[in-house]
Amino acid sequence: MITRTVTIKNRAGLHTRPAATLVKTAARFQAEFTILKDEFEINGKSIIGVMTLAAEQGSALELRFNGPDELDAAAAVVELFERGFDEE
Amino acid sequence: MDNVQTHGSEVTIKGIAAAPGIAIGPAYLYSKQIVRAQVKPIDQREVDAEIDRLRDAVARAEKELHKIFEFAQQKLDPDDTKILEAQIMILGDTILMGTIERRIRTELQNAEYIVFDEISKYKRLMLSAPDDYMHERAHDVDDVMNRIIRNIQNQKLVSRLEGEAIIVSETLTPADTVIFTRNKVLGYVTDLGGVTSHAAILSRALKIPAVVGLRSVTRQIQTGDIIALDGYSGIIVLNPGEETLQTLRRKEQRFKEFEERLSEIVSLTAETLDHKHIELSANIEFSEEVKFTKDQGSAGVGLFRTEGFLIGRTTAPSEEEQYEAYRDIAENTFPHTVIFRVFDVGGDKVAPGAFHEQNPFLGWRGIRVLLDRPDILLTQLRAILRASTRKNVRIMFPMVSTLTEIHRAKEFLAQARNELESQKIPFDRKVKIGVMVEVPSAAVMAERMASQVDFLSIGTNDLIQYVLAVDRDNNAVAPLYQQFDPAVLHTIKHIIDAGHKRNVWVGMCGEMAGDPLATVLLVGLGLDEFSVIPSVLPEIKKIIRSIRYKDARRVAEKALTMNSPEEIRAYLSTIIRNQLPEIPIEP
Repeated sequence: MITRTVTIKNRAGLHTRPAATLVKTAARFQAEFTILKDEFEINGKSIIGVMTLAAEQGSALELRFNGPDELDAAAAVVELFERGFDEE
Repeated sequence: MDNVQTHGSEVTIKGIAAAPGIAIGPAYLYSKQIVRAQVKPIDQREVDAEIDRLRDAVARAEKELHKIFEFAQQKLDPDDTKILEAQIMILGDTILMGTIERRIRTELQNAEYIVFDEISKYKRLMLSAPDDYMHERAHDVDDVMNRIIRNIQNQKLVSRLEGEAIIVSETLTPADTVIFTRNKVLGYVTDLGGVTSHAAILSRALKIPAVVGLRSVTRQIQTGDIIALDGYSGIIVLNPGEETLQTLRRKEQRFKEFEERLSEIVSLTAETLDHKHIELSANIEFSEEVKFTKDQGSAGVGLFRTEGFLIGRTTAPSEEEQYEAYRDIAENTFPHTVIFRVFDVGGDKVAPGAFHEQNPFLGWRGIRVLLDRPDILLTQLRAILRASTRKNVRIMFPMVSTLTEIHRAKEFLAQARNELESQKIPFDRKVKIGVMVEVPSAAVMAERMASQVDFLSIGTNDLIQYVLAVDRDNNAVAPLYQQFDPAVLHTIKHIIDAGHKRNVWVGMCGEMAGDPLATVLLVGLGLDEFSVIPSVLPEIKKIIRSIRYKDARRVAEKALTMNSPEEIRAYLSTIIRNQLPEIPIEP
């Protein structure tokens, strides 16, 4: 298992569209993907879970990947956050 | 409650008689409000079937949402479509659905409860967040949950209702009415609605007794309670005693005998004593009714409501499917004619839930919807034209309010004809077209409307509510909805005269045409065609055959001088009672 910490850069936070992009990206990999924020822990491959996070701009999230392709999964997902989901 | 009377253990509740007949049996309380899905343990062996039901329901919910979404992309703000997008994504959330299926398997509880319990967790979390954005998302989640649960339950509805029962509900949609009818339904009882609500019209067509407008009956009755329903007088009796039951059975007997006497005139034509011929035809919505219509002595179908084909589906049927249905109906009606009215639906049917209309009756419905959706209109026109080869098919457009709409509808018809011609597909090149006159603007312009078409058909249900500005389903103003209001009578006269000036025949396919109290008046106003629900055909024919056109004209002239619906109703009742005492009319 590997762990990464990211900060949400895009202004609107993890609203519907970025949430969908995140889930779709994670689904490409076998590795389990968990997001932790405050006391919440949700499955990063579940759109309803990600929507529940209410993660706004500036929030820090802990991402956990566990599985054979965890490194690739982590790289792809972290890149999304770094690009701010290609939004403003 | 002032409409409730108690006598011993009997409780009598007065409502509105919506469909005639007597029904006695156990109540089945049908609640559409999903407050909470009931938890129900299931057997290990039922697990696979339960999961199949869940998957079917999710697939249907997805279909519904995609349909709405597609539409929303054309008509709505992109911001509003996002809500739908999020909902569609939740339905496709494999983690969520996997969890729900796993829980059904391990906890052995019914699908709707697990859906409710699992999705509610997320809803609660969203509601506990401090910002509005998350509260809105909670609503989306709630919508999705209800959509899935409703789809699970709809499917189960059919199997859950076992044995005969009287359906007790707050209100019934035509779709509900149809679903229930596939089971052994003895009758319908509802809190809301009036004589002209679609559920009432449908129950009359299906010959299922119904009493509506009972206000709070769903709170007074429990599933399994024995009730007696009197659809002639509009009352229901809870815990009926032997004496009441006997009275009701005698009443049913009396009405049935009258109906049998009527059957003798089935094969005779609808003609007055002084030989004015009246076209008497039937309003139907389902192909199965055609035979019943013939048995009742109709000369044809004056209104075939094609929207019955849309019930329970999310897209209009294909041209081929429609063509086959229309062809069979035309074939079964031959040598008489059938008038197909193109889909007359509110926007909510073409795009369920896509947008909320503050005032749907003044909104996107009838021809307005079809002119905005040429794909649907053209497919239907082609299908109807193809079914016209025996030259007994006519086409009618609903809710027309402007001359421009007639022009545009005719352009689409011309396009459909050209397409068929170039494809060398046969159809009746002289197919006749008409419009429904049911909007005051169409009534005012009736003469010019008539110059554009081959016939006019007065749709009284809508016409009355638009002329009088009364929502017939709103209990607060429902008493103002009066078909014998002088304004309504004068409007009808204006339309008939306008049609005749242009040598166009004028019919009526609204409820009023089927009211025996109105028959003499309408014949006297010069109405050429009555299109009525099949069950009242013999009675209307009996009246037409018992009067003189000359006398009917005098009755109409006198009624037109009167100033209140009460006065006109009382006058017409006297005419019937004095001249046609064998016709049973409710005072």
